[in-house]
Amino acid sequence: MNGPQDVGGRHGFGRVVPEDESLRFHADWEKRVLGLTLASAALGYWTLDASRHARESLHPATYYTASYYEIWLRALESLLQRSGEVTPDELAEGRAHRTGLRADRRLRPDAVGAALARGGPTLREGPAPAFAVGDRVRTRNHQPAGHTRLPSYARGAAGVIEAVHGCHVFPDTHAHGLGEAPCPLYTVRFDAAELYGAAAEPGLIVSIDAWEPYLDPA
Amino acid sequence: MHDHHDHGGSEFDDMTARVRALETVLVEKGLVDPAAVDEIVETYENRVGPRNGAAVVARAWTDPAFAERLRRDATEAIAAMGFGGRQGEHMVAVFNTPEEHNLVVCTLCSCYPWPVLGLPPAWYKSPDYRARAVREPRAVLAEFGVRLPEETRIRVWDSTAEIRYLVIPERPAGTEGMDEAALAALVTRDSMIGCGQPRAPETA
Repeated sequence: MNGPQDVGGRHGFGRVVPEDESLRFHADWEKRVLGLTLASAALGYWTLDASRHARESLHPATYYTASYYEIWLRALESLLQRSGEVTPDELAEGRAHRTGLRADRRLRPDAVGAALARGGPTLREGPAPAFAVGDRVRTRNHQPAGHTRLPSYARGAAGVIEAVHGCHVFPDTHAHGLGEAPCPLYTVRFDAAELYGAAAEPGLIVSIDAWEPYLDPA
Repeated sequence: MHDHHDHGGSEFDDMTARVRALETVLVEKGLVDPAAVDEIVETYENRVGPRNGAAVVARAWTDPAFAERLRRDATEAIAAMGFGGRQGEHMVAVFNTPEEHNLVVCTLCSCYPWPVLGLPPAWYKSPDYRARAVREPRAVLAEFGVRLPEETRIRVWDSTAEIRYLVIPERPAGTEGMDEAALAALVTRDSMIGCGQPRAPETA
């Protein structure tokens, strides 16, 4: 979607403010948001792609003024409401009106380590790749209203296949409950001039990882 | 932008109350065990962080066979050091050279290799970094105090899928006699994103 998340290459943003690597969180509530987000995902109502889509679906004015953990929190509230597990009234009052539907799937403390170690690999069996390393491709003018991982700055751009990663879960379908639809995933490199025209930094190379449905032969 | 100190003073309290309300509802419903939340926080606050990645880099600097393994299959090589799992399921290591400097970003959200670097810093998730890293990386690097030679090419990796990138910086000069542990202490988190350089040995 052409949403607020798609900021690559946009003008008007500000300085980057480095911070010490020992700093893990800026407030205690951020820790709870991290833990609640990961623990709630274990209930099985949504995929990682669906949670990304919930974040990017926040109103742009909210997205740009919220900290990243606030974006996570708002998306989590939305996902839990859509799943039918919580109501706006319960969130406003801070107490439950009825028991959970999937309490049987609650993440147990002693299962956390294994769940984090397992992660969510996305490599799958799937169709043979249409492109090989070195092939020239052009990204499609792909602008779905739903979730996609083709950033707007790299649409309609000619590049070269640099790596073939096998078949991976396709976020455009997976985010919407339409299945994993695994398809070949590539690293595609672009000369910056192809992306930004004459304003490009000389010599800059930018790559994206792109699923085959984002690409045409060039 | 997006750092909490930029907002009004009441935001901490508002956010604390809002998060507490959500946690209370989920716990009362039996959907979340607060001890599981504690365990997740403990994992990423104290156990998984950029020292993991620094150990990987130091080994790559000292063991050419390991560096080769890292180039061939970074997920496997990193797993052999005991690091893997969530947000590091499919790893690729990219090696800086005098000719090419690698920089990692996720323009669409905040994808980052958790098992080797921990949770991403606030700036990595900020629209400021995400917007500018793919267009004016030299200006961004300057804000980290990094100035590359004009002739060094910059290569930016936008993590738009589930592949996670770890930058292997160049080994600093003057570190010939140092062992892996001493070398790892020179490796900063930012150098493994491409926004910094390892420390010089005398300042370590």
